[in-house]
Amino acid sequence: MSPAVDAAEVRRRTRELLAAHPPATTGRTDFLKARFDAGLAWVHYPQGLGGLDAPRSLQQAVDAELAAADAPDNDPRRIGIGLGMAAPTILGYGTDEQKRRFLRPLWVGEEVWCQLFSEPGAGSDLAALATRAVRDGDDWVVDGQKVWTSSAHAARWAILIARTDPDLPKHRGISYFICDMTDPGVDVRPLRQITGEAEFNEVFLSGVRIPDSHRLGPVGEGWKVAQTTLMNERVSIGGSRIPREGGMIGPVSRTWRERPELRTHGTHQRLLTLWVEAEVARLTGERLRQQLVAGQPGPEGSGMKLAFARLNQEISGLEVELLGDEGLLYGDWTMVRPELVDFTGRDAGYRYLRSKGNSIEGGTSEVLLNIVAERVLGLPAEPRNDKDVAWKDLSR
Amino acid sequence: MTAPAQPPATPDLLYSQDEEDLRSAVRALLADRADAPTVIVAAESATPYDQGLWEALATGIGAAGLLVPEKLGGQGASHREAAVVLEELGRTVAPAPYLTSSVVATETLLALTGTGGITPAGDSGPAAALLAELASGSRTAVLAVPFATPPGGAQAALAALDGTVQGIADAAVADVLLVPTAEGLYAVGATAPGVAVEPLVPLDLTRPLAALTLSGAAGTPLAGPDASATAVRRGLLAGAGLLASEQLGIAEWCLAETVRYTRERHQFNRPVGSFQALKHRMAQLWLEVVSARAAARNAADALATGSPDAPLAVAVAQAYCSGVAVHAAEECVQLHGGIGMTWEHPAHLYLKRAKADSIAYGTAGRHREAVAELAELPAP
Ligand SMILES: Cc1cc2nc3c(=O)[nH]c(=O)nc-3n(C[C@H](O)[C@H](O)[C@H](O)COP(=O)(O)OP(=O)(O)OC[C@H]3O[C@@H](n4cnc5c(N)ncnc54)[C@H](O)[C@@H]3O)c2cc1C
Repeated sequence: MSPAVDAAEVRRRTRELLAAHPPATTGRTDFLKARFDAGLAWVHYPQGLGGLDAPRSLQQAVDAELAAADAPDNDPRRIGIGLGMAAPTILGYGTDEQKRRFLRPLWVGEEVWCQLFSEPGAGSDLAALATRAVRDGDDWVVDGQKVWTSSAHAARWAILIARTDPDLPKHRGISYFICDMTDPGVDVRPLRQITGEAEFNEVFLSGVRIPDSHRLGPVGEGWKVAQTTLMNERVSIGGSRIPREGGMIGPVSRTWRERPELRTHGTHQRLLTLWVEAEVARLTGERLRQQLVAGQPGPEGSGMKLAFARLNQEISGLEVELLGDEGLLYGDWTMVRPELVDFTGRDAGYRYLRSKGNSIEGGTSEVLLNIVAERVLGLPAEPRNDKDVAWKDLSR
Repeated sequence: MTAPAQPPATPDLLYSQDEEDLRSAVRALLADRADAPTVIVAAESATPYDQGLWEALATGIGAAGLLVPEKLGGQGASHREAAVVLEELGRTVAPAPYLTSSVVATETLLALTGTGGITPAGDSGPAAALLAELASGSRTAVLAVPFATPPGGAQAALAALDGTVQGIADAAVADVLLVPTAEGLYAVGATAPGVAVEPLVPLDLTRPLAALTLSGAAGTPLAGPDASATAVRRGLLAGAGLLASEQLGIAEWCLAETVRYTRERHQFNRPVGSFQALKHRMAQLWLEVVSARAAARNAADALATGSPDAPLAVAVAQAYCSGVAVHAAEECVQLHGGIGMTWEHPAHLYLKRAKADSIAYGTAGRHREAVAELAELPAP
């Protein structure tokens, strides 16, 4: 056990870091590397892996101190999949060698990650996936097609699940890998989406050789490993405080205040209802954060994605309508391949269209409601006929 | 026009250990003395209130004096603790004049005694004396305004101690009526000459309503017109804010009971709770309940800390929690099928309480109007 680290100690170390690497004169990447090495990247991670084995709640003290000193951050929006999903999975299931190799460049942002999970025939029913990985000496040879892969065009690495034993029932024949996106067998093709841009991609895998040392967790246990990833994907809220009007309700409220000529009684009622709901969602998130800090994590996290998805869609829909003539226009349909999803920097029409993805990406709202009903409320599962049948015998 | 002010401090939205202990005590008492069959029988009788239950709650547990400082005879706790009591009362729809006497009347009087600094020398006046009695649970009082009055909408109902006020909650069981008039606030004994309290038939059987008629009645003056208006407003603000916790309790019970029932009830050779159409409705309700908890805790904390954000926190909580309680109660009746429509199943008690609560101390619509003003989102 490491000596107990408390808030004062964390603050002391943060000041030490700032003294040794003044943000004003240190390059961004160098500062981030030093921060990682000081254990101040994610304080709840182990020593030597960017952390201090400290309670997660102490991260706030670090972040506040660094923000006050104007230190560069690692742009969590750009490296969201790596930070939110790959890292906790590697930490939970990786070998020491894997943790040492991948976590530092991931956190610093030198290496972007993507998630090769969904397939044309396997979305909500992810365990139905058909991408094959066949053992060949020290390697696995992977063939298949993935789809809707965000940031694949910018990614250096991917977390990948593939079928390693089609004779077993679908949940049991899956293994989990780290895939090198620069491998010649990896073909990333932009997939244009509803907003006009290509934020996600199709990824074709043909004869991709993945060394066995890049497997995460035991052969055939990939589904269990993937559960860690998915749980972290859905509960990525937490950590940060949102100010009042911090979400999508902010722009529409400002428009309401600044442009009285747009106001109608009908939109007023909708705005007030949504303003209240956004404020309550903010408070619910804050309560969840306080529970985490107090070491009593509640199941509320699984609900927050549902709440924000619905709110984002309703609020952005109201915003387009409120804008009237301007709501008929759209900023730019050019197909770009963005490096990050920037909700607030774009216009209302973009927000309206992009928010439609909020109830689909990372598990649809219908699937999340099933999860809440069964895991939180303990309601009985629906009868299923695919659990004990070999994957190869399932009708697809 | 600028954005609304950020809340001045981060509210504490969790429950403390003391609050959980208080909850356990209240819950055990209510389980013992106010189970659903008892509540139904009492609701139909001439005396819906169980005096023994009230004494145990008010005096035994000391709940009546939670908002009152110790030097005035109370427990010196806060709205956070009172909110926990109301959550439990909501879960059982137990008839008890807690919200009306221990919260609204108490808070109104508190405004006149130096707490809040309205009349700094008031610690020994008649308001203080009455407060001590309310805090001990030996007497109860209600504010004589219609139950539907929102915090911002209270005007003196009477020009003087003469005339009728309709729809006062719990007036029929109160010892003292706090009557706001154009001349100021008066304490009037319920059985004094010239005072008639006439019970009405309420939608919510577990919270009786009455009309008060004063004709040549006498009362003890407690405050002049300005102090009276301020005190009444503060009493109603606390009532509206903590009503959200009662609504949370109602919604929690309705959801838990519906989940329990649909897991057991079989149709089509399956528990009906395994049908996705029902599961999604209950999951949605769960999300509303956890959100209502955050909103209600925020209101209670803002009141407890005297935050300048309290009016907005209360308006948000009421605009949100009213709908959640009604939705939960309506789903409870529907997902229980035929049994949910029967008199002997308690679901109807919760529906009636939830619907009445959605009007009490201002409808969600009235509270959204308050949000419009406080958050600077004016009507066209
Ligand atoms: C913007 C965006 C980014 C994405 N990024 C990635 C990524 O980076 N990596 C990746 O792997 N994937 C990604 N996805 C894919 C995403 O995870 C899937 O689209 C999602 O899980 C749904 O699967 P599906 O599209 O196959 O829909 P389907 O599963 O075919 O669902 C169709 C409809 O049926 C409903 N449905 C399905 N099963 C049930 C059920 N059991 N009960 C009730 N209703 C059900 C769904 O809710 C939906 O409404 C992304 C998607 C979007 C929109």
